[in-house]
Amino acid sequence: MRGVFNYVAAAGVAVGLAVLPLLTSGYHQLEWAYVGVYACAILGLNVLTGYTGQISLGHGAFMAVGGYTAALFTENRLFNTSLTLGLPHLNPLLTLPLAGAIAGVIGLALGVPALRLSGLYLALATFAVAVSVPSIAKRFPGQTGGTTGIVLDVHTGRWLYEVTWSSAAVLFVLVWALLRGRTGRAFRAVRDSETAAVSCGVDLAVYKTLAFGVSAACAGVAGALLALIAGYANPDTFPLLLSLTILIGAVVAGLGSLWGVLVGAAFVEFLPVYAQQVSKQAPSVVYGVALVAIMIVLPTGFAGLVRRVLRAGS
Amino acid sequence: MTAIVRILRRRPAAPLGAAAVVFLLAGSLLSGQFAQQTVSGLASGGIYASLAVAIVLIYRATQVINFAQGGMAMFTTYVAWELMQQGYGRWSAYLLAIVIAFAGGVLLERTVLRPVENAPAVTTVIVTIGLLVTFNGLAGWIWSAQIRPFRGPFPTRPIHVGGVAFSLQDIGTIAVALGAVTVLWALFRFTRIGLSLRAAASQPAAARLVGIRVGWMLALGWGLAAALGAVSGILVAPVVFLQPNMMDAILIYAFAAAVLGGIDSPLGAVVGGLTLGVVLNLVGTYIHAATAELRLPIALALLLVVLLVKPSGLLGRTAVRKV
Repeated sequence: MRGVFNYVAAAGVAVGLAVLPLLTSGYHQLEWAYVGVYACAILGLNVLTGYTGQISLGHGAFMAVGGYTAALFTENRLFNTSLTLGLPHLNPLLTLPLAGAIAGVIGLALGVPALRLSGLYLALATFAVAVSVPSIAKRFPGQTGGTTGIVLDVHTGRWLYEVTWSSAAVLFVLVWALLRGRTGRAFRAVRDSETAAVSCGVDLAVYKTLAFGVSAACAGVAGALLALIAGYANPDTFPLLLSLTILIGAVVAGLGSLWGVLVGAAFVEFLPVYAQQVSKQAPSVVYGVALVAIMIVLPTGFAGLVRRVLRAGS
Repeated sequence: MTAIVRILRRRPAAPLGAAAVVFLLAGSLLSGQFAQQTVSGLASGGIYASLAVAIVLIYRATQVINFAQGGMAMFTTYVAWELMQQGYGRWSAYLLAIVIAFAGGVLLERTVLRPVENAPAVTTVIVTIGLLVTFNGLAGWIWSAQIRPFRGPFPTRPIHVGGVAFSLQDIGTIAVALGAVTVLWALFRFTRIGLSLRAAASQPAAARLVGIRVGWMLALGWGLAAALGAVSGILVAPVVFLQPNMMDAILIYAFAAAVLGGIDSPLGAVVGGLTLGVVLNLVGTYIHAATAELRLPIALALLLVVLLVKPSGLLGRTAVRKV
């Protein structure tokens, strides 16, 4: 019964998202495209933090890798110059899997040293990576355009919306397929008890690294989408705040829940907008207080609330 | 030879620290520039250290990484500034601001952190991020984002000793950081309340059974950390000027310092802070590829290298892992 319900709900969400651009203006389509970007990134973080139990505060760094990949392979024209880097020009759609692949490989590579760290040390080490990325991008202006970055073609809100949500749908299906089987079970075993997982023959190193790779790949695609929407890739497109925003989205959504990701993505996109409406003078006070209040009321996020309600009902 | 290896393996921090001190002293005697960079590195290291000790305190008391530490410090520094505007003397304003910070820290723990005490670690991280955003917003709202000068406790006029320029502010910052950690160490080591604080942090259930009011101990930990944060804010403000985001960069260095030294060791936080300050200055001076943009990445690369060799920092306690 639950299974059928899940399929129906997923189909409903898909239809809703498909119909949405027909009902809204270009500006709102763009807003929802951002929701899609956050959904991809939060989905990635959820694989790592929610399903495998590894906290990362550095997913903005993987998004930056994806964003610069997309920018370099579509445009490879630095701001205000005609300098080219000799890279092939690709269709923007082709850069998305490429961004995912490159970010994924970097994620796998970072996953290996991350094996030595656990808990908050890992969180702060990944935070360090996220802090460094904008500075590194500024240091190599010949490749990244420095502070001004790389300019991309302008696309319509409708096109961006469709591309973003199609990508998000593909990622959701792929991640869902990965998590429902043997790999997902191994991830959850690692999260719940490393000792028990090892004694059941789960190779910790393999699965933790794999989770890092998958997670980074999702963030890479999200970053490429973000660059396409913003129309440029520069250090300010991927600020430190982005990493924190994604973590906020993942926790508000409820770790370890796939559909919660959509709630978390909408939350981080729209809460600042509403905060602005509530108080023009101090929107960030509204944002901060709302965030604290939600965490106190829903310490396990929206998904945790729904789980509690379902359990109380049955 | 084998004896040296054995010492290095058992207590790697002590001989390494001695070697570092010898290196810095020798370098300073040979080159005036080196000495200058070392001294000003120690001064900025002292600032990182004072905030890092506050982070360590909260981590030890409640196992929370407090992202709001910088925001709290900034806010209480504004309180000190406001008190001075209201006509309070310099020192009474500092003292009052520190007391207010202590009370505020206790209050925050009781009202905001208490409800998420048993929530997953990542939830409390988000709560502290929410607090950080709130404090930044509040400060901008009440006092505007305008950059203001702040009169610090020590004069910033440079003094020249043998070609090296430094100020009483630099010396004062280092002295305050070291003094704070000594006072804390004495508190934890020799007083009844310190023992209760340690008991509440390491064995909450057992501590409750022997009559320690664990909840209040955690709140006390937050209060102490907030007071220490206020001290570091007051030390920083004359240098970076008073503005709502004045602690943001320092918070990142303080995190790095705390992790470098071992997140559960106050002494480690001081060692980590001073190391970070000196290394950043020396790298910036002598390695030409390291321009100003790369300062932060290099600091963090250093941190990552240390963590990979010693996953619980220089002076941190190593948790025994089963797998």
